[in-house]
Amino acid sequence: MPRVNGQSTVVHRALTARGPIRSVGLCMEPLFESLIEIVRRTSAEIPDDVQRGILAALENEKKDTIAENAMKIIERNIALAKEKSQPLCQDTGSVLFYVDCPVGFDQVTFEETARAAVTEATKRGYLRQNSVDSLTGKNDGTNVGPGAPAFHFHQHRGDQLEVRLMLKGGGCENVGAQYSLPNTPLKANRDLDGCRRVILDAVQQAQGKGCGPGILGICIGGDRATGYERSKTQFLRMLDDHNDNAELDALEQDILSTANKLGIGPMGFGGNTTLLGVKICAANRVPASYFVSISYMCWAFRRHGAKLDGVGEIQEWLY
Amino acid sequence: MTELTTPITEEQVRSLKVGDQVTISGVVFTGRDAVHKYLHEGGELPEGVNLEGGIIYHCGPVVQQDDNGEWHVTAAGPTTSIREEPYQADIMKKFGVRGVIGKGGMGPKTLAGCAENGCVYLHGIGGAAQVLAEHITKVRNVYFKEEFGSPEAIWELEVQGFPAVVTMDSHNESLHADVAAASQAALEENL
Repeated sequence: MPRVNGQSTVVHRALTARGPIRSVGLCMEPLFESLIEIVRRTSAEIPDDVQRGILAALENEKKDTIAENAMKIIERNIALAKEKSQPLCQDTGSVLFYVDCPVGFDQVTFEETARAAVTEATKRGYLRQNSVDSLTGKNDGTNVGPGAPAFHFHQHRGDQLEVRLMLKGGGCENVGAQYSLPNTPLKANRDLDGCRRVILDAVQQAQGKGCGPGILGICIGGDRATGYERSKTQFLRMLDDHNDNAELDALEQDILSTANKLGIGPMGFGGNTTLLGVKICAANRVPASYFVSISYMCWAFRRHGAKLDGVGEIQEWLY
Repeated sequence: MTELTTPITEEQVRSLKVGDQVTISGVVFTGRDAVHKYLHEGGELPEGVNLEGGIIYHCGPVVQQDDNGEWHVTAAGPTTSIREEPYQADIMKKFGVRGVIGKGGMGPKTLAGCAENGCVYLHGIGGAAQVLAEHITKVRNVYFKEEFGSPEAIWELEVQGFPAVVTMDSHNESLHADVAAASQAALEENL
């Protein structure tokens, strides 16, 4: 593990790529501290766009019902977590980094620094000791291991560095689903109506188990792995944005309004708000395959992100 | 609002109905996937853990230890209960459990177990880890922390006014089954 004290000059050199230098000259110490702050904020503070959706859902529930009471507790929880700077939800989830970076950026050193930051954030209680060796069942308490945290790098030709973080809890991850079309029992063919049928089936199957009201991230097409991966990147969109593709935008609105007619409601208690949002993308597929990959995000929708400057200091928050 | 204090009697449990809002005070023991599997395979409860008339809380809390070695729960909402469906009914029978706190509800086997043994399923608000942690006043002890890791350990917690909703009672009624049936009917109308 990299140490951060008194080594920034050495690290600075290590972080600058050889060859055509387009990378920003990150320093480990500020980057380390920035990443801890991104983890803290993501764990403790719900993004504004999500909070607006939750407040609207609270207003929309019938008064004096267990659904309304659930939304009131959720609202209070959001305020309390922020005030105390403590995890919004005890399941601080899979730790997923999405990094948009310049060509030539030193991803390896970024990963090393992020792993150290995640370990430190766990010590400080921003993250639960949440990473288990799948073979031995051991939890070493660091939140670092094979595939944990997960990194998704995307290089671009500009010089901006943007780091986004999603903490995705297990309860909602478990109700995600992937359908292969056609699906006979659901009468789902290889078209948008077929997509609609399987997506609504996923909502019905999830009931309250994913801590609704939830948000769906969906990818139509792709192979099994990229379909799921892209479904999750839909959660990086603002909750109240619109899809650039008119057909997908219409499908998003349709699924949202139909799901909210099902009466599953907050926590599955019955009620008016089953979903807070639906985000859909499409990816090319091979002719033989037609997957619809659905990720479910709980109301405790934890994602934040920041633009970082040349040494890794936070310049601006993204959500 | 019904106030429940542990240990809970069968009579109290039988008086609870689906939709009742309750507060829980006394002692609860956390237990989730590893504990349920272990107990179901014939594992013994550690010395000091007595579930007779007690409550199992499906929860893996965030806990911090202070300089004096005292544990403090800093986040503690319920985890999804359905994963314990294969084990829960047998465990409530074997150990005399009167209440299970969790989220998302459980299935027919657990519902039948609740009716047979006099137990209720108490739904906490998933994700509300801070609100619920405020109702945990003390960590009395921890068991199996080394074996199962912190989230999967048995934490013995004192609680005060912990809020929950009865969503499965001891009379074969399940809010989850009712909502699932109604939403399936609504879905078919809207396809």
